[in-house]
Amino acid sequence: MPEETQTRNDSDHGESHGEGAPDPGEVTMTLDGRTISARRGEVVIKAAERAGTYIPRFCYHPRMKSVGVCRMCLVEVSGPRGSTLQPSCYVEVADGMEVSTKSEKVKKAQDGVLEFLLVNHPLDCPVCDKGGECPLQDQTLAYGPGESRFIEEKRHFEKPVVLSDLVLLDRERCIQCSRCTRFASEVAGEAQIDFAGRGEQVEVAAFPDTKFTSYFSGNTVQICPVGALTASPYRFSARPWDLDQVESTCTTCSVGCRVAVQSSLNRLTRILGIDSEPVNHGWLCDKGRFVFESVNGDEVSGGRYEGEVRETGSNLATRISEPLVKKDGTLVPVSWNEALRVAAKGLLKAKEAGGPEAIGVIGGARLTNESAYAWAKLAKGVIGTDSVDAQIGDGLSSELVLSLPRATIDEASNAEVVVTLCGDIREELPVLFLRLRESVVAHKTSLIEIAPCPTELTKFAEAFIAIRPGDAPAIAGALTRDGRLDAALSNHPEGAAASADALGIATRLLASTGTDKERGRGRRVVVVVGRQSMAEGSAPVEEAARILARELPEAKFLFALRRGNVFGAIDMGLAPGLLPGRVELDAGRRWFEAAWGAVPDRRGRDTTSMLMSLSGDESIEEGNEISPTRALLAIGADPLSDFPDRALAVAAIDRAEFVVAVTGHRGELASIADVVLPVAVSHERPGTTTNIEGRVTRLGHKVVAPGHAWPDWMIASELAGSLGGDLDVDSVEGIRNEIANLAPAYLGLSNEVMSSSWARDGVVVPIDVNDESVRSNRHEVLLVDPVALPGVDSVERQGAPPRVGSAGPPVAESEEPRRDARDPVEVPQIVGRDRRDNSSGVTGFQTPPADSYSLRLVAQRCLYDSSSAVASSPSLSTLVSFARVRANGYDLDRLGVKTGDLVKLRSARGSLVLEAHVDSQVPRGVAVVGFNLPLAASNGSNGSNGSGGAGGARDDEDGVINAVSMLIDASSVVNDVRMESL
Amino acid sequence: MAITEAPKIVTSRMGYEDSHTIERYLATGGYEALRKAVKMTPEAVAAEVDAASLLGRGGAGFPAGRKWSMLRKAQTTYLVVNGDESEPATFKDHLLVERDPHQLVEGVLIAAYALQVTKVFIYLRGEFALGLERVQQALNDAYDKGAAGSDIFHSGYSVDVVVHPGAGAYICGEETALLESLEGKRGFPRIKPPFFPAAIGLYGEPTVVNNVETMSNLPWIINNGGAAFAALGAGRSTGTRLFALSGRVKNPGVYELEMVKTTFRDLIYAPVLGGGILDGNDLKAFIPGGVSAPWFGPEHLDLPLGQDEVGEAGSMLGSGSIVVMDSSTCAVRAALRITKFFARESCGQCTPCREGSGWLKRVLNRIESGEGREEDLDLLLDVCDNIAPGLTWPPQQTTICVLGPSIPSSIHSAILMFRDEFLHHVKDGACPYA
Repeated sequence: MPEETQTRNDSDHGESHGEGAPDPGEVTMTLDGRTISARRGEVVIKAAERAGTYIPRFCYHPRMKSVGVCRMCLVEVSGPRGSTLQPSCYVEVADGMEVSTKSEKVKKAQDGVLEFLLVNHPLDCPVCDKGGECPLQDQTLAYGPGESRFIEEKRHFEKPVVLSDLVLLDRERCIQCSRCTRFASEVAGEAQIDFAGRGEQVEVAAFPDTKFTSYFSGNTVQICPVGALTASPYRFSARPWDLDQVESTCTTCSVGCRVAVQSSLNRLTRILGIDSEPVNHGWLCDKGRFVFESVNGDEVSGGRYEGEVRETGSNLATRISEPLVKKDGTLVPVSWNEALRVAAKGLLKAKEAGGPEAIGVIGGARLTNESAYAWAKLAKGVIGTDSVDAQIGDGLSSELVLSLPRATIDEASNAEVVVTLCGDIREELPVLFLRLRESVVAHKTSLIEIAPCPTELTKFAEAFIAIRPGDAPAIAGALTRDGRLDAALSNHPEGAAASADALGIATRLLASTGTDKERGRGRRVVVVVGRQSMAEGSAPVEEAARILARELPEAKFLFALRRGNVFGAIDMGLAPGLLPGRVELDAGRRWFEAAWGAVPDRRGRDTTSMLMSLSGDESIEEGNEISPTRALLAIGADPLSDFPDRALAVAAIDRAEFVVAVTGHRGELASIADVVLPVAVSHERPGTTTNIEGRVTRLGHKVVAPGHAWPDWMIASELAGSLGGDLDVDSVEGIRNEIANLAPAYLGLSNEVMSSSWARDGVVVPIDVNDESVRSNRHEVLLVDPVALPGVDSVERQGAPPRVGSAGPPVAESEEPRRDARDPVEVPQIVGRDRRDNSSGVTGFQTPPADSYSLRLVAQRCLYDSSSAVASSPSLSTLVSFARVRANGYDLDRLGVKTGDLVKLRSARGSLVLEAHVDSQVPRGVAVVGFNLPLAASNGSNGSNGSGGAGGARDDEDGVINAVSMLIDASSVVNDVRMESL
Repeated sequence: MAITEAPKIVTSRMGYEDSHTIERYLATGGYEALRKAVKMTPEAVAAEVDAASLLGRGGAGFPAGRKWSMLRKAQTTYLVVNGDESEPATFKDHLLVERDPHQLVEGVLIAAYALQVTKVFIYLRGEFALGLERVQQALNDAYDKGAAGSDIFHSGYSVDVVVHPGAGAYICGEETALLESLEGKRGFPRIKPPFFPAAIGLYGEPTVVNNVETMSNLPWIINNGGAAFAALGAGRSTGTRLFALSGRVKNPGVYELEMVKTTFRDLIYAPVLGGGILDGNDLKAFIPGGVSAPWFGPEHLDLPLGQDEVGEAGSMLGSGSIVVMDSSTCAVRAALRITKFFARESCGQCTPCREGSGWLKRVLNRIESGEGREEDLDLLLDVCDNIAPGLTWPPQQTTICVLGPSIPSSIHSAILMFRDEFLHHVKDGACPYA
C-alpha cells in the first residue's frame, strides 16, 4: 500500500536544521540500504513512514501505545547478536541501526502472519460491512501470499455479540489486535471490554453484568481493522464504495472535532473522526458520532438493537421541512412568502408598540458563523435591537469570555497546572476530557479540580476541592491567597477540613507554578471555567474567574460553554452589548454604523432578562431603560426545554405577543409558535464554525436539506427584506468575506484563506501574525494511514499558507481591511486585548446561607439529554436516562430514604417526584439532579406548586423532558430544595 | 559415567512421611541456614550463591547469582518465586512444594535477605491444591517461629511473604506473564525490551524472579558453602539437579542427580533410576528437557546430564523433564499431543502462535486420523518456520515470548526423525499404532 501513503505536508519533509552540527534530537539510520534521519525516541514504523516506506500493520495505532502483538510489522534489524525480526511498531530508532523491510526473511514473516490471520478469519468480505475499506483485505492484497494453504475448518461463533446498544461484535472476524480493548482502557479510561479466553478462542467481551456503555465506544468501531466491531446505526446500511464523503467539523459541542461525513443517496450514513493534531486526534464521542441520525429525521422507534437490522421509520418524522403559520390556533404549512410576511407583520407590530427593543432574539449557537453574522446584522443593524443572546441562561457573560486570554486545547494539555472550575467535562465536552485525561494520566499536567462532586478525572487530580453552589469566589480567593477559606464558608458541607487539605495542596501548587518576574503569576496555568450547575446563577463562577484572572495574570482560560457554535455566535455579535468580531457596542459603534447603517443605541437584554420581561415580571424593568420585550425570535433554541427555569420560560412564551421559531426539528416551542421557519441543519449547509479555543474551521455540506428548509442566513436575509431592510448578502462566501473585512477578530479570514489547505486544521482567531506556530500552522506532520482510520476516504492535505512567496501568513497583507477611502473610522479594539477585565457582569452578589433542612440543588449537564438532537436520533434517544436525585447518605438517612425510594423535592418554584440514589461522592448538604433529563412517566409530576398554570409541567404530559428545570428559579444565585420521603 | 555419591541437596527429607511438617524440618536442620544467613551481610550471602554457580532451575538456566547481581544497579523491590510448573511431563517443583515446603520457604527467605527485599510473592500453580496448603502452612509456621515477618531471628531484617495461586494458565509460568497475573491482569507475556524484570518487573519495580527448585537449593548452599556446591557437577553445570523422568520407563519419577556426572542412559536404564524401557521394548526417542525441547534419538543416550552438553547437541536440558518414547509410541501422536497442549495454552496475543498452534494441531490431527496428505509434511514444516524462522535451535521467533517457538520443536523433530512414520499414516489412511 505504499502508493496510498501520502504526506499532508510534503514541503515539511526533511526540515533542515541548519548546516553543520547534527541535531541531538535526530539519529541517522539505514532503511533498506538508504540512509535516513529519524527522531530520537520514535519507533521504526513511524520513521520509515516519514521516509516514504510503508510497513504493513494491524495492531499499531499512532494515537495509542504500541503493543507489538499482531506481528505484521516485523522487520529485520541488525544488531550485536545478528539480524533478528523485530516489531517495527515497538523498536525505537537508534544511531547506526540497520533496518530491512523488504528482505526475504521479512517477506516470509509478513506472508506468514497474513496467512495466519486468515486461518480463522472468514472470507465473508462480500457481506461484511468492512469490505472495501478493510485493512485486512487491503493488506492481504498488497502483502499476502495470495493463496491460503489452510484447508481445515475455521472456528465458528454465534453472531453477533451485543456489546452495547451501539456496538456489536462478530467474533469470528476478530483478529485480536486489541485496538478496541486498548482504546477502552488507555484512551477512554474505561476498561469495559477486554479479552476473554485463550489461544485462538480469545474473544473481545464485556463483563457478564455490564455493557460497553462508554461515551467513546464508537471509536473502537472506527479503529477496528476488520469487520468485527460494527455500530448499530451503520451495520448493514451501506457499502463503502457507495459512500460520498466531505470533511467537516462536529458541532455537537464546542470542542469542534474534525470529522468525515459520509452519505449515500442524500442520506447521512456515517460520521468518522479525522485525526486533527490540535483538536481531536481522530477520536469522537458517541453523541457526535451518531447524532447525525437526527438530520435524517427518522422516526424514533425507541427500539434497542435486538439482533436485527433497525427498521428506519418514515423519513423526516422529526424534521420540519415547510414553513408553518398558526391559523385559528393550529400550525399549517404555508409558502415562504406568506410565512415571511406573517413573521414580519408580527415583529413590526411589536416594534411599533415598544420600539425595536421590544423584539428579542434568543439562540444562534447552532448556526454557522456566516449565518450568525447574518442574524446579528438583521437584529442589530436592521431591526435595531440589542436584546440578542445566543446563550440560553446556561452560559457565562459573553464579555467575560471575550475579555480573558484564551487557551488552546494544546496549551491546556501541555500546561503545568490545569484548574477546572466547571461542570463535568466528560459529560459536556467529551473529547476535551480525552485530551486532558491523556495529559494528566501521563503526569504532563497537574490537575486542580474544583467541582460539586468527583468526576472521572478526580483520581488523577493533585487536589480535588469539593464546592457548593455559590462558593466559587471564596474558593478562588483562598486558592490564590493563602489557601484559607473565609469565615463565610465555615458551614462548608464536608466540614472545612477535607477541603482545606486539598486547598492547601492546590494553593502551594499554584504558588510554585509559572511566575513571571515582570508579568506576574500564572504562566503555564490554564483555567477551565464553566457553569457547574444550572441551578446556580452564572455570577459565582464568573466572579471566581475574575479573581483567578486578576491574581494569576499570566494564566489562560478555556470556557466550558457547550453549545456547538456558541463561540462563533458570540464572536459574530449574537450577545447583548457585542458586535461582530469581539467588539463592544460602544467601541464598534462608528465602525459598524458606517458598514451597516445603524447599530442599537444601548445594551440590550440577555435571555433571562428577555424571558422575565416577556413574562411580565416587573422587577426586571426597575431601573431598566429599555422597553419591555414583547416578541421573540428563537433561532434554533427552545427556552421551554433548554432554559434552566421552566416556570419562567413557560410564563414568558405564554405571554409573548408573537413568537417566531426558526428550527430544523420539531419541539415544544415549534408546536406553539406563531410562525415556524424550517432551516437546513448540520451537514446540510456549508460555512465555518468557531470552537472553544476560537479556532475557525470549515463545515462540510453533504446532503440537501429536506423540503423547503433554507440555510439560516438566507432566512435572515429574506426576513430583512420583508421588514423593509436589506442585509446585502447573497452567498456564504460573500458573508465570509464581509466578516473578514469587518469583524476585527476575524480580519483577514477571507473565503480564500479559509478555503485554502493551510486552514485544514482551522485557524485560531484573532490571527497573531507574530506567532510562529500560526505563521507556519505547522503541526506534527501526519500521514494518511488507511489502517489507522479505516473508512476515511481521503484526508485534506495540510498545506502551506496560500500566498506563495509571502514570508508571513495570508493575513499579513490583508491586515488592513479594504475600506472605502472616505471612511476614516479606525478598526475598533477587540474586547480584552488591552485590558484583562472590562466585563460589566454582576459583582458583589450575595449567596444566601443554606438552612439546615434544605439541600443546595446542583443541576448537572449530561451527555445524553433531552435535547432535540438526541431525542431525534434513534440510536441515542434510548440512552437517555431518567432524572433522579443523588445525595449523600448522611442527608438521606435522616429522611429514612434508601436508594430506589421515591422522594419529593420541593423548591420555592415547584416540586418534583424523583427516585433517590445514595451517593457517597456527593458532599453533604447537596442534592444533584441531571439537567435536561426526562421525568420517569410513572412517577407523575407535580410541578405546579398549586399556584396556577405558570408553575411547570402541563398536566397532560406524561413526563416533562427537562424535569429539574421545574425546580429552578433562574433569577436566584442558588436554589435550595427540601426533600420529603414518600 | 555412573551414578555418583553426591549428597541429596533438595530431596534429603523425601524418605520421611512427615517431611512437610515444621517438626520434621527442625529436627533435620531446618532454618539453620537462615539463622546463619541473617548473621552474614546480604552481600556475603549473595557471594555464596554466586560461588555456587547455581544455574536457575526453571528452564532457561540463567545463573541465579548473576540474576541477583544484575540488580545491584538498583535496589530490588520484589522477589517473586515462580512455582507455576504446568508443562506436561514436568513435575519436579510439584514434589518440592508438597513434600518439603519449609525448605522452599527457607530458601526464599535467604534469597529475600540477600536481596534485601521486604516483599516476596510465591506464585504457585493453582492446581497444586495440597502444595498451596502446605506452603501456606509452612509460611505460617515460619512466621510463628520468627523466621518470617518482622525482625526475623532478631536480625533487624523484616520481610513479608505472600502465597499467590495461579488461575490455571501455563503461560503464567513465563515470568513476565506471571508478573502481569500477579498484578491482577491477564497473563499476557510482556513485550521485550525491557528484557529482564530486574529492570522493570512487578508493578514496574525492579524484581527478581526465581524458580522453586532454585530457591530450595539455597539452605544447603548456605549451610555447606557455595564452594561445596560448585565442587559437584562439572563446567557451568554445578551441583545436583532434579530430573523428572516419565514416559515408557519402568520407574518414572523425580531423581536428584549430580549434574554432568550422569548420562541419559544411566537415568533411563539404571535399575535404581528409570530401570529400563517398559515391556523390554527398544528406545525410540526421548525428550531431554521438557516438551518444548527438540527430541533426541538413541544415539544421544550417552550424553551427560549437563546444561551446555545438551545445548551443544542441539536441544536443551530445560526444566529437566525427560520423556521416553519406545517402539510402541506413535511419533505423530506424540507430536499431536504436545501441539494440542501448546494450542490450548497459547495466550492468544501474537498471531503466529495463536493461529499457528491451532493450524498445526488440526493438520497433525488429520494425519493421525488417516486423512493426511504427503504435502502436509512440508506444510507443517513451513508453518513451523513461520513461527520460528529457520527452525534453528535455540530458535528465532516471530512472537513476543518463547511459547511460540516452542511449538515447532516436537513437530520438527518428529518429521526429521520419523518421516516414514508420517508417510505411513498418509498412505495407510490410518495410524499404524492404533
